[in-house]
Amino acid sequence: MANFYNDNPALKLHLQHPLMNKIVSLKERDFADAEKFDYAPVNFADAMDNYERVLEIVGELCGTTIADNAEGVDHEGPKVENGRVTYACGTQQNLDACRKAGLMGMSMPRRFGGLNFPITPYIMAADIVSRADTGFENLWGLQDCAETLYEFGSEDQRERFIPRVCQGETMSMDLTEPDAGSDLQSVMLKATEQPDGTWRLNGVKRFITNGDADIHLVLARSEDGTKDGRGLSMFIYDKRQGGVDVRRIENKMGIKGSPTCELVYKNAKAELCGSRRLGLIKYVMALMNGARLGIAAQSVGVSEIAFREADAYARDRKQFGKAIIEFPAVREILSNMKAKLDASRCLLYETARYVDLYKAYEDIARERSLTADERKEMKLYNKLADACTPLAKGLTSEYCNQNAYDCIQIHGGSGFMKDYACERVYRDARITSIYEGTTQLQVVAAIRHVMTGTYAQLVEGYQQLPVAPALEAQKAQLDEMFAKYQQAVEAVKAVNEPEYTDFMARHLVEMAGDCVMGYLLVTDASRNLDSEDATVKAAAEELLRSAKVYVNLGQANVARNAAFVASVAPADMTSYNV
Amino acid sequence: MSLNIIVLAKQVPDTRNVGKDAMKEDGTINRAALPAIFNPEDLNALEQALRLKDANPGSTVTMLTMGLPRAAEVVREGIFRGADTGIVLTDRALGGADTLATSYSLAQAVKKIGNYDIVLCGRQAIDGDTAQVGPQIAEKLGIPQVTYAEEILDLKDGKVTVKRRLESGVETVKAPLPCVVTVNGSAAECRPRNAKRVMQYKYAVSPSEMAKLSDEQKALVEKRPGLKLQEWSAAFVEADPQQIGMAGSPTKVKAIENVVFTAKECLSIGNEDDQIECLIKDLIANHTIG
Repeated sequence: MANFYNDNPALKLHLQHPLMNKIVSLKERDFADAEKFDYAPVNFADAMDNYERVLEIVGELCGTTIADNAEGVDHEGPKVENGRVTYACGTQQNLDACRKAGLMGMSMPRRFGGLNFPITPYIMAADIVSRADTGFENLWGLQDCAETLYEFGSEDQRERFIPRVCQGETMSMDLTEPDAGSDLQSVMLKATEQPDGTWRLNGVKRFITNGDADIHLVLARSEDGTKDGRGLSMFIYDKRQGGVDVRRIENKMGIKGSPTCELVYKNAKAELCGSRRLGLIKYVMALMNGARLGIAAQSVGVSEIAFREADAYARDRKQFGKAIIEFPAVREILSNMKAKLDASRCLLYETARYVDLYKAYEDIARERSLTADERKEMKLYNKLADACTPLAKGLTSEYCNQNAYDCIQIHGGSGFMKDYACERVYRDARITSIYEGTTQLQVVAAIRHVMTGTYAQLVEGYQQLPVAPALEAQKAQLDEMFAKYQQAVEAVKAVNEPEYTDFMARHLVEMAGDCVMGYLLVTDASRNLDSEDATVKAAAEELLRSAKVYVNLGQANVARNAAFVASVAPADMTSYNV
Repeated sequence: MSLNIIVLAKQVPDTRNVGKDAMKEDGTINRAALPAIFNPEDLNALEQALRLKDANPGSTVTMLTMGLPRAAEVVREGIFRGADTGIVLTDRALGGADTLATSYSLAQAVKKIGNYDIVLCGRQAIDGDTAQVGPQIAEKLGIPQVTYAEEILDLKDGKVTVKRRLESGVETVKAPLPCVVTVNGSAAECRPRNAKRVMQYKYAVSPSEMAKLSDEQKALVEKRPGLKLQEWSAAFVEADPQQIGMAGSPTKVKAIENVVFTAKECLSIGNEDDQIECLIKDLIANHTIG
């Protein structure tokens, strides 16, 4: 029976990262819950064993039910009738199975019925789910919203809503409107306060994933007469209250099982979450950061399935008397796919760990004041998470699109037909570099960390880590790549024109990504090559191969981007005025 | 109404994933090469039991398995998916049992549990494929049996309504409780393991497993409820030594052969009526069909 956790040794390697010790100890408050809950771990080893066992459940469910349903769900899709959404039958089965397996509210505290998992194993589950059915990952992954509800809701709201999410009720984040896509400051949905303190919502939302969810987080304009982000607040709408109908669901290119809804709010009763005016500038930013990490996980899952489909086909398909994988041109594509997959995954979990660490401190700060050292650490991890999240979302989504493209290429003419999973993968991949902020917007967020040196700081940290003898040449190549990156950054800084920085941003961010992912591959492989765990050791050997391939690829990319930065002067930008 | 439900489950070698080394040279099963799994149709039975429990709050599902001490794994697996507790019937004296001795032993254990409303088990186990144990247990307990069940449709007023999957179609029957129901592989798949239950019951152990735990783990088993699985011996279930194990098994294995199916000569049949008629007659004569 297929198990998408057990058949993928890389997951265990990343799960067993040395930082997990600190993450678990912070998240579990030194295992205080063990006295109160029979399912709470008693020590670090126990917690890690729990994560692994639960990921095995996820892996089994994904390798069987969810993967088996993916094709049918893609064909059938959801329906809307009388303002309500009905999922495809396979989607409903998947959701029921996830509920029975207790995989909802995974990161929520136990007192609300959650599993109190750190972000890292939760994101690993998302990675696995996406490989099985990318569109289903959206529905399942919207449990993320509970994180925002937990962070900014009152204790009363937490008590009323979070247990429902842990029981399996679904969520949605209602942000986008017809005239407010990337530019959420223009949100118009109107919120009006009632004498009893509740609110009424009126207006339209568009492109809302799982828009018929049980519990919605809604961005709406609470401050009459305002036009910018400071007039927006976040609300909780409970479907049980009524007042929101689904007007239509979009007919999409991919992730067809995930209903994308247009919502009409007609005097819908809602309650304020957190403080007025902080809706966009604080809460939705937090919500989006979580969602971006989720999309990075989704992208890694897509890269995984794209690689596996391509690899299997290339071994099976014979031309000119041999399997096509025997041809160097095919082998190079496959190796690059695997390298991009492994690099994406290294960055994904690096990001997840930083998010885990700062969120754990943030949560502890809700219970007691942090010591000066703890505050300092929280600030550092917050910065690293802020830097890594757009890099991970931006680059892993681009890589999964490239992998999906190459997957079809390996399949040749058959890949263009509807007969193989790869055409679905190709369609599903496409949205990852668009929603939750396009790659261009990720670059906008990431360029700040290029200019302030956060990525350089990360790389300088990696440079201190031990490197296996087998990877010393790659380390040297990476040091050269990093030097080129820094030169390019300095050159752009020297010009000191915001327009020019924006113009060069993509190139610089890609270079940063090549360096960060290259070092991560080298150090993650090096640390585990002598692991006593056979699974982890096997994964490290795969990473070693990917590190070599990726550094070759990265070196060429860095050189290309460096050449571009060096050759296009500010005056040359006029050539780009189309 | 709350029900007392017993699910019989067997730990079996995973014969669905047979490799070249599945059999030893002497023709016996190479257990080391085959992972031990929860007999698939017993999982179907467990799902039916859990549905009854869902529909009848306050019900309990008790796993009962006979086998080596490590069959406690099957009990834990059942608990991970929603069963309440479990018993391992294990004893050297029970070894080498055929279906008659096995059903006698299990029937004794069921009697020992007592006060049960319904006993559910898979139609058959994938190692022996006899489908005899469930029905024989019903006989030994002197209660009705419903075999080949695909779905328990209803349970009320002391009667259970069951849809049976037969070769020729489906049949719906009603039986008074208590009874034995053997469940077909075509029934609903078993629900997955539940994350919280796995974390909670992963330390559930039988007495013989308890001995191998660290002091810290032993303390946990003592402290948290539901972590002690029961291990019953033949004597405990008051089994007659003459009716269990080898002594109680009239079936004697004469020889086990390693049969490898190979394609032999092929027969070409034309598409004329008389040739097809000949083929059909041959197939009926050699019992391939009919």
